[in-house]
Amino acid sequence: MATYNTSEFRNGLKFMLDGDPYTMVDNDIVKPGKGQAFNRVKIRNLKTGRTIEKTWKSGESVEAADVMEVEMEYLYEDGEFWHFMEPTSYEQHAADSNAVADVTKWLKGQELYQVTLWNGTPLSIVPPNFIELKITDCDPGVQGNTAQGATKPAVVETGAAIKVPLFVDEGEMVKIDTRTGEYLSRAK
Amino acid sequence: MNDWKPTASLNLLKQRAKMLADIRAFFAERNVLEVETPALSQAANTDPYIESFSLDSGQRFLHTSPEYGMKRLLAAGSGDIYQICKVWRDEEAGRYHNPEFTLLEYYRIGFSYQQLMQELEFLLITLLMLKKPANYSSYQQLFIELLQLDPHKADHSTLIDCARKNIPELEMGDESSWQKQDLLDVLLTHCIEPSFANDRLTFVYDYPVTQSALANIRGATQTEVALAERFEVYYGSVELANGYQELTNARKNAEVIETELHTRKQQQKKEFPKDAYFLQAMESGMPSASGVAIGLDRLLMCATGQKKIQQVISFPWGRA
Repeated sequence: MATYNTSEFRNGLKFMLDGDPYTMVDNDIVKPGKGQAFNRVKIRNLKTGRTIEKTWKSGESVEAADVMEVEMEYLYEDGEFWHFMEPTSYEQHAADSNAVADVTKWLKGQELYQVTLWNGTPLSIVPPNFIELKITDCDPGVQGNTAQGATKPAVVETGAAIKVPLFVDEGEMVKIDTRTGEYLSRAK
Repeated sequence: MNDWKPTASLNLLKQRAKMLADIRAFFAERNVLEVETPALSQAANTDPYIESFSLDSGQRFLHTSPEYGMKRLLAAGSGDIYQICKVWRDEEAGRYHNPEFTLLEYYRIGFSYQQLMQELEFLLITLLMLKKPANYSSYQQLFIELLQLDPHKADHSTLIDCARKNIPELEMGDESSWQKQDLLDVLLTHCIEPSFANDRLTFVYDYPVTQSALANIRGATQTEVALAERFEVYYGSVELANGYQELTNARKNAEVIETELHTRKQQQKKEFPKDAYFLQAMESGMPSASGVAIGLDRLLMCATGQKKIQQVISFPWGRA
């Protein structure tokens, strides 16, 4: 089993702790002038997303985690799993509901997603920052209303509820920032 | 690519220059002589917790402090001396650590370490422009007040329990890999240092003999265990300086170095040659003195409110 010594600690290092995969977010050295050094590290649990702090005596090691980030195309959902495919190898991976929990409302066929694999299984999925989706439900545009910044609720094809300007109609394609869930513009 | 540029602002470089000028004025006023000693020498620091850089070709080591050289000058009759120099320690870079840094080291003949602490308090309060006087606590007092244990008497399992209870984030691993001193260090850095008042200096004095280095050891009495006459100075929880009532006895100095070399061997660390010139100087006789080393980069950080050491160094480790 591969291990990492504290001298190899750096941001982004993927390792195992208490059976869960973690990534390092911040690593700092604490050392009394005449004494033992310690690594005080902020780490994020890749399953739960929770960030915690840990301290290791310098010289200790952690077990490496088999974690990879791969770009994959979303295929379909079968009721239990969400299926993704590596575009070059056509290799398919099934993600469970935990892995897609935060992203289901932005899942669209043939779109590319950043999939974090742990021991070959999808652990978490990050959508592209910007995505173009079709409006499937919203009130008709109101003629004559020119109020700046006025919005109305709308639902897009993936099921996400967003706010759009009054002039946007059902059936139109719009560009959305997935990090904020905000409407950006009409798509060309 | 902007990595060729300094990470310290021009203003901070000016503040550094002013700090150096103020320090030199302080010592000129007190007739303390500025000296230089070799940065690259044939022997290395044997302290098991400090690693020296060595040259690839031939047997030369970058000094980790000018201590040996300055003590040779003291033994040769220099009187009070100070030095401002770059030193190198082969350790990781971090928020408070740059492997190359600037040290002020000075020695006062005939001073007790208490006298030296008083003088240093005055110097640091001036440089940091502090309004409040320093706090003084013994190492033992801090452990008793904050952790309800006597650091000189607590046994291994008491310290393990205390660390587990008070440092929940600690990944302890194999308990037997922890020496007593490691446990005291983790409690000091994680539980005690963060409690120091952040608007003033804290002096911590009288350390366990396992951390004496080249400080004098005061023998045990009926009421007190043996203690190292050593002190550390913090501003907030940032360690700034380390001082000693200097160990002047030649035989004891030789013993410390032998013990350090033995510890290095046990811990499977690099073995370094001992400094024969230093030991010869101790044989010829070193006057009673106290000395202290102050990290000037950290001092500048504290004086200017910077959060990272890289902000006060023109070209830190990654850009050197």
